[in-house]
Amino acid sequence: MKYSLASLFAGLIFGFGLIVSGMANPEKVLGFLDIAGLWDPSLAFVMGGAIIVGVVAFAVARRRTLSFLGFNMKIPSNTKIDRRLVIGSLMFGVGWGIAGICPGPGIVALGAGETKAAVFVVSMVAGMAIFELIERNRAKA
Amino acid sequence: MIEIAWSDFTPWSALAGGILVGLAAASFLLLNGRIAGISGILGGLLTPLKGDIGWRVAFMLGLIGAPGVWLLAGDLPAIEINAGYPALIIAGLLVGIGTRYGSGCTSGHGVCGLSRLSLRSLAATLSFMATGFITVFVIRHMLGA
Repeated sequence: MKYSLASLFAGLIFGFGLIVSGMANPEKVLGFLDIAGLWDPSLAFVMGGAIIVGVVAFAVARRRTLSFLGFNMKIPSNTKIDRRLVIGSLMFGVGWGIAGICPGPGIVALGAGETKAAVFVVSMVAGMAIFELIERNRAKA
Repeated sequence: MIEIAWSDFTPWSALAGGILVGLAAASFLLLNGRIAGISGILGGLLTPLKGDIGWRVAFMLGLIGAPGVWLLAGDLPAIEINAGYPALIIAGLLVGIGTRYGSGCTSGHGVCGLSRLSLRSLAATLSFMATGFITVFVIRHMLGA
């Protein structure tokens, strides 16, 4: 219960952050990705602000084996830069560039009642399901 | 030569929103011990494990409910989606497959990964930023859409 409440809280604040920063608006994200047009550097400031807080949080987290609510710390331990990581990320970037929507802002825009965001999110979940099917077949082979 | 769109650039609200995103990621990490990676939290719901569902749903409810809660206090800023439906479907599929294959998106790799100084996340972030820039360049300046 505590775990889910903390998750709800984090999701809500995350959503507020995307709204305040303007990143829930795909056109603004595309303004950042369009470096050859008139460039809007705002997204870099969003990342910067988030990372300033994040660096402190991870420095604290690194010294702990349990969270402040007493749960196990689950920080990724994989350090391998492999083909899956790079190819997957390159694919993600193409999709991001086409519509200006990444997963968080897509879900927030869906919550704001945008039909186009709903189409994006349904397609994204379908993409994730395709990934799971491919993985399942690979595991069987 | 890069020309800044001064009329669109919103450094203070960007920074403030970024700090909120950082605080959300920090509270999730310090309270629950987890990385706030949206694609991973959502993707995990497709292969549900016992006891691993509720918190994922709760996080998504927070994210999807944020605009509604925001509306209680004031107007939502504009959300402009100019891509057409076929483009949105292709984009969604690529984002869905790509983020799961690459184990993360802008939040998990971009915000959390860079915050913990992970070279793996840096490689992922540079990869999706690169194709993001290239894709917009091709669409806007070569295809002229």
